[in-house]
Amino acid sequence: MNKRYVCGLLAGILCWPALAQFRVEVSGVGLTQLPIAFAPFRGDEASPQKIAAIVQADLERSGQFRIVEGAASAMDENTLPDLFPWRQKGADSLVTGSVTRLADGRFDVRFRLWDVVRGKDIGRDGQVVVKGDLRLAAHRIADFIYKTLTGDRGIFSTRIAYVTKAAQRYDLWVADADGENAQSALTSPESIISPAWSPNGAYLAYVSFESRKPVVYVHEVATGKRRLIANFRGSNSAPAWSPDGKTLAVTLSLSREGGSQLFTIDIAGNGEPRRLTQSSSIDTEPVYSPDGKYIYFVSDRGGSPQIYRMPAAGGVPERVTFTGVYNISPALSQDGRWIAYISRVNGEFKLHVMELATGNTTPITETSADERPSFAPNSRLIVYATKQQDREALMTTTLDGKIKARLAGQGGDIREPDWGPFQKPNN
Amino acid sequence: MSMKKFVLIMGVALLMAGCGSAVKLDNTPVDDRSTGAAVTDNSAAAKGGVAPVDAGKSQQGAIPAGPRVVYFDYDSYVIKPEFQSLVETQAGFIKADKARKVVIEGHTDERGGREYNLALGQKRAEAVRRALGLLGVADSQVEAVSFGKEKPAVQGNDEAAWSKNRRAEISYR
Repeated sequence: MNKRYVCGLLAGILCWPALAQFRVEVSGVGLTQLPIAFAPFRGDEASPQKIAAIVQADLERSGQFRIVEGAASAMDENTLPDLFPWRQKGADSLVTGSVTRLADGRFDVRFRLWDVVRGKDIGRDGQVVVKGDLRLAAHRIADFIYKTLTGDRGIFSTRIAYVTKAAQRYDLWVADADGENAQSALTSPESIISPAWSPNGAYLAYVSFESRKPVVYVHEVATGKRRLIANFRGSNSAPAWSPDGKTLAVTLSLSREGGSQLFTIDIAGNGEPRRLTQSSSIDTEPVYSPDGKYIYFVSDRGGSPQIYRMPAAGGVPERVTFTGVYNISPALSQDGRWIAYISRVNGEFKLHVMELATGNTTPITETSADERPSFAPNSRLIVYATKQQDREALMTTTLDGKIKARLAGQGGDIREPDWGPFQKPNN
Repeated sequence: MSMKKFVLIMGVALLMAGCGSAVKLDNTPVDDRSTGAAVTDNSAAAKGGVAPVDAGKSQQGAIPAGPRVVYFDYDSYVIKPEFQSLVETQAGFIKADKARKVVIEGHTDERGGREYNLALGQKRAEAVRRALGLLGVADSQVEAVSFGKEKPAVQGNDEAAWSKNRRAEISYR
């Protein structure tokens, strides 16, 4: 792949080589995977972005599809394909399509989805996009196929944020959910941690050490304008958005007795923090429940860090995790059913998923330095940071841990992912 | 005069000008409990000379010598007895100059989550702040912050490195 230059949104001037050129490496075997085949799209060979390959990788990474290989000549969405050979190969569905460069330089991207078993077409669509949106066009096709065949909304057009460290430089990146197309939102000589997407996907809150102490910014991604929202005495960290986007929960140490405690700050207000927890222990890592009623958080008030939840306006916390002596970094699925978190087991830091209704908890990784899980907005995947062969990497996994994909960066350390929201109603 | 010679002479002249007769503030009193602000002594300056003032240093004077790092055990923010004298010495420096501002930076080793480690580092910084406060250091002179695991002093994945990273540093800013 050609080296791509990526412009810092904040400076608007500097351009740096894109550090993270992701490759998809999918591993594991799923229980029920829909077998799907792709015929080469007409015009894909000459296209700047290989549409069929992007759609294929998206569906593979979801863990819910198995790609059926087969040789075929390129056909487009108008061709009536001979479905019998595909049925013989075990495919349930076939995707055909085309990419046509128009006279004005834009691209006409079309596809058609075939039900191989019933022998009929079950969907088709077309988009005209500029060259820079070709990948997005492919992700929208993947979303359509995913929704049609699974019934769930696809997350392939969503974005993720993550941080890289290379030599003495840190970057906060905004990338497509497949890790490609990364653009730097912030460059700093000091660390950046805890990026958190606002519910409408327009802002990133994060912790920056650029002024030699941790402070929290709210950063408008499209414009690079940012607001220092928490710069109180001591440390400011762990920003978390309320589901209505109006409030930020944060960890501050400004109280007289010191110590990390939870506060909320109204985004539209005067910036004064309102205290939520009253303890002499560490209270941190707040995260709102999707209905906005509760805040889950980490506290060591019981002697070691465990996850608790309390009413969002503050109140008596109830404990959520009971297994193990070190449970941190809670993340909640949008459908309200799951909590993912990191548990230290025999000195190893491992991603666990708990079903909230039953309390049943399952470790889902083989790695030992997992960090910062974040759910995809359709509640079907988790992105997290980990170390493989001593190198930092971002992984996505199905909730049962059966299908994992590595979003492998080419250089530098990569950490602190956050999965962005659905962008538009019919994403 | 040739261009080369002219440049050479100018260069030397500039160099000489750089080594001015700056009056330096007194360095590192090991145990100076005086409370007065440092005074610039101009008496040795040549007549018509100018004594430069570095606004960056203001009244603070040079950073006191001696150890400024307290080390901690795993998952702990208890100051061990062996660091008590360090804390006492530093308290002395800070109290000696009411204008002095220090930031205590708490750190952890690399194991565990970044936010929880930020909070743990904060506990370490505050333990030192409290210890200084007990020795009479004014609250307004000290800020406790944390870097969590973001700024290790020593790279490495073993206890030798980890033990050097679990620390609180007293930073004179």
